[in-house]
Amino acid sequence: MKKENGQTVMVPLFQSQENVCGKISIEPIQGKKIEHNGIKVELLGQIEMYFDKGNFYDFTSLVRELDIPGDIYEKKTYPFEFSTVEMPYETYNGVNVRLRYVLKVTINRGYTGSIIEYQDFVVRTFSPPPSLNTSIKMEVGIEDCLHIEFEYNKSKYHLKDVIIGKIYFLLVRIKIKNMDLEIRRRESTGAGHNTHVETETLAKFELMDGAPVRGESIPIRLFLSPYELTPTHRNVNNKFSVKYYLNLVLVDEEDRRYFKQQEITLYRLQEGS
Amino acid sequence: MMTGVAEDEEKWLAAGIAGLQQNAFYMHRAMDSNNLRDALKYSAQMLSELRTSKLSPHKYYELYMRAFDELRKLEIFFKEEARRGCSIVDLYELVQHAGNILPRLYLLCTVGSVYIKSKEAPAKDILKDLVEMCRGIQHPLRGLFLRSYLSQVSRDKLPDIGSEYEGDADTIMDAMEFVLQNFTEMNKLWVRMQHQGPAREKEKREKERSELRDLVGKNLHVLSQIEGVDLELYKETVLPRVLEQVVNCKDDIAQYYLMDCIIQVFPDEYHLQTLEILLGVFPQLQPSVDIKTVLSQLMERLSNYAAISAEALPEFLQVEAFSKLNNAIGKVIEAQADMPVFGAVTLYSSLLKFSLHVHPDRLDYADQVLGSCVKQLSGRGKIEDSKATKQIVALLSAPIEKYNNVVTALKLSNYPRVMEYLDNETNKVMATVVIQSVMKNNTHITTVDKVEALFELIKGLIKDLERTAYDELDEDDFKEEQNSVARLIQMLHNDDPEEMFKIICTVRKHILTGGPKRLPFTVPPLVFSSLKLVRQLQGQEENPFGDEAATTPKKIFQLLNQIIEALSNVPAPDLALRLYLQCAEAANDCELEPVAYEFFTQAYILYEEEISDSKAQITAIHLIIGTLQRMHVFGVENRDTLTHKTTGYSAKLLKKPDQCKAVYACSHLFWVDDQDNMKDGERALLCLKRALRIANAAQQMSNVTRGSAGSVTLFVEILNKYLYFFEKGNPQITVAAIQSLIELITTEMQSDTTTPDSTADAFFASTLRYIQFQKQKGGAVGEKYGPIKV
Repeated sequence: MKKENGQTVMVPLFQSQENVCGKISIEPIQGKKIEHNGIKVELLGQIEMYFDKGNFYDFTSLVRELDIPGDIYEKKTYPFEFSTVEMPYETYNGVNVRLRYVLKVTINRGYTGSIIEYQDFVVRTFSPPPSLNTSIKMEVGIEDCLHIEFEYNKSKYHLKDVIIGKIYFLLVRIKIKNMDLEIRRRESTGAGHNTHVETETLAKFELMDGAPVRGESIPIRLFLSPYELTPTHRNVNNKFSVKYYLNLVLVDEEDRRYFKQQEITLYRLQEGS
Repeated sequence: MMTGVAEDEEKWLAAGIAGLQQNAFYMHRAMDSNNLRDALKYSAQMLSELRTSKLSPHKYYELYMRAFDELRKLEIFFKEEARRGCSIVDLYELVQHAGNILPRLYLLCTVGSVYIKSKEAPAKDILKDLVEMCRGIQHPLRGLFLRSYLSQVSRDKLPDIGSEYEGDADTIMDAMEFVLQNFTEMNKLWVRMQHQGPAREKEKREKERSELRDLVGKNLHVLSQIEGVDLELYKETVLPRVLEQVVNCKDDIAQYYLMDCIIQVFPDEYHLQTLEILLGVFPQLQPSVDIKTVLSQLMERLSNYAAISAEALPEFLQVEAFSKLNNAIGKVIEAQADMPVFGAVTLYSSLLKFSLHVHPDRLDYADQVLGSCVKQLSGRGKIEDSKATKQIVALLSAPIEKYNNVVTALKLSNYPRVMEYLDNETNKVMATVVIQSVMKNNTHITTVDKVEALFELIKGLIKDLERTAYDELDEDDFKEEQNSVARLIQMLHNDDPEEMFKIICTVRKHILTGGPKRLPFTVPPLVFSSLKLVRQLQGQEENPFGDEAATTPKKIFQLLNQIIEALSNVPAPDLALRLYLQCAEAANDCELEPVAYEFFTQAYILYEEEISDSKAQITAIHLIIGTLQRMHVFGVENRDTLTHKTTGYSAKLLKKPDQCKAVYACSHLFWVDDQDNMKDGERALLCLKRALRIANAAQQMSNVTRGSAGSVTLFVEILNKYLYFFEKGNPQITVAAIQSLIELITTEMQSDTTTPDSTADAFFASTLRYIQFQKQKGGAVGEKYGPIKV
């Protein structure tokens, strides 16, 4: 279900507090045996910083021992179960950071080195609709030049939501060419002076074509579903945060840009709810 | 430079079309393989070509039409998709994912059309959404075309009453609201075009705007087509809303066009019932709006409406259409302070036409219009503007044309007051129009009042107006004018002599103001008109009561005397002489000897004092002879005096042949065939003999001066006179005298010195033939002629 390195693979999807269970089959090559010092399966929640590649930070780590040391001669299947696993964070693939969940099977072998297999899985966290969801309303402007009032109907949107709003022009003294609404993602990683901030524009949606005059009101209707958005993540394990902004951009005939950025909160709404 | 722009534009258009076609091709392929996503993608790309800012409206339209065709195909595809189970709601959302607004909205409108047809949602909601979303396009040209597209796809899907998309109770309001809103927005965009771009391209912009105006106007047409819009709704909602937009946009091009549109698009009966609202707007329009044309159109339409449907007439009265229009015009003129005179006059001209058509019986209305017009013109002096003049002529011609009777126009007291504002030239033209109307329709003007009024109208022709430069006047034109006045005078007639006499007095009063140039034209018709009256009276019995005030021929003759006398100041002695003689003859018929004598006296005085040209004298003397010959009223003494004088004049003519002719003509004065008391054969013969003497003298003179004798014509003519009196039984004319005259002529003709003259020869020959013929006739005549030898 998730994209990885350009290719699409199907991976299991879980949510927090679910039981993660399955079977692991080990089948040695015909006529050979596997000697091992024990087999275990781990459920890991890892945060990986790209600038610090290979260095994983495990925020969740659960282990199930599957077998005591011995030999395997033929195919052997081990059922396993992690019940009601606490998986507080969503899987995330960002520019500088990745949060992933993985099942790691380790066949311990002394001197020849262990056999390790990974199986990624995806976790999604769902939120209920927020109890308080006020609209965003704001008046901004450049003195004697441009004065607008804009309104987005909510401050918190779920990922399949639609942003409804309008822009009201109170004063227009510049020749506007067009107006766009952008959705920007700001991903900050690290902490303190090591903080890396990466901003991406995920959506660029034209709201208006041409120059309005005073008194015009331009409607906004932006469907979020076509864009690859994630819920807002605030300070995930002190490692990173992902925030979303609506950026209203007005471009004048000299291609000067006037913009106003406004944070919105994205959340994943439980389907069917 | 300009061609460069045009070439570039061609290039851009070609590029746009190419891009559009390419994407349309991919779109078609996607549609053929039912690939919705690709179809949307390519259609959006195709529509992106419409985002160009480089094309003029004309070229943009070309591009738009191509896109329009493609969108029709896309719409069919959407319909099929919906039938295949694709949720139309989803589709409606899907197209809104497009990042660029223009393609997005075109697609939205297209899907919206399918959505309405599917009836999955009320038409009104979808339409409302569409018209709202279209606000995103604030670029005038692109916005206009987008909204025009919306209007196009929605016009058959309005939730009109009776339509399959009809909604709940307010359905008609929804339909109306939608169209009105789209109209309002389009108009705003259209008006905004005016204010964008550099000032130096104003003209170009205005041209472009006028190319686009029908896009805006189409909305009004759609409104008028909505079944459910009845008079009530129109009055309460549609019209006020449209007018509000018209007034508020404060744009002269839009105001002019839209007002015109309203008037053309909606039915006349609506206009009639909403006249007050509609007219109330005019004073609020921009000063530069050409209100007169629009308002004139309205009035014209209403007049036609009244003409076509007679049953509507009570409505006109009920709504007091006339007074409302009149008021409105007043207000418009007041509001548009710098409206040229021409505009104001045009308005009144239209109003007058309206009034004449709709209320032909209300002459007071027409007069009111003229009165208002006078009020507008007052204080402006003569109008110099040629356009305004033209309009005034139209204004003034209208009542005449309508009633085909100047008499009606004469009742309009303000009519001449309006004419006063015309310059002299036009005033004359107008006067000519009036006269022509009288002629054409054979209108008889029968009362003094009317004659007074009429002369007031045509006074431009009757007398010199101040500041007229005669030098500039074309002689022919002047004659033409005065001839028409002369004809007009003949049209003034009343069978009642009393009234007729008054008319004559009135006319006289007016024409005497005309000055020496006009009198020769105007006096004769008046004289003859008076003589006609005399003849009329002459046939009647004398007034038995001997009423002093009654019109008698005598009184008329007195008047005539004065009238003709006026000519002497011109001077036009020839004409006056003729008229005196005419009068004398009439007096003769009335048995008024002293009057006749007086006229003759006047004529003689003129002859003696004024007529000096010898040719004129000849004509005059013959006229006098002719008239005098017919006189029977004179007593012996008077007659003697007059004939004596005449003979005297005849003998004093300059040239001998003329003398001769006049003298032999005088012979008739003494021998009047049908009057027994005037057969003085001796004196007649005397005249002839004298003529013969003069002829001889002429012959000799000719011999001396030119070496050849003149023609014998004179002799032959005298011979004829002899024969005449001979035949009539004048005892003094003897065969011998005739015989000797014939011989004389024969001798003369054979003489070497005589100039051969074939005419004279022929004349003589036929005279002889006549004698021969009479001889052969036998009887008394034959006997009489018998002794004459030829």
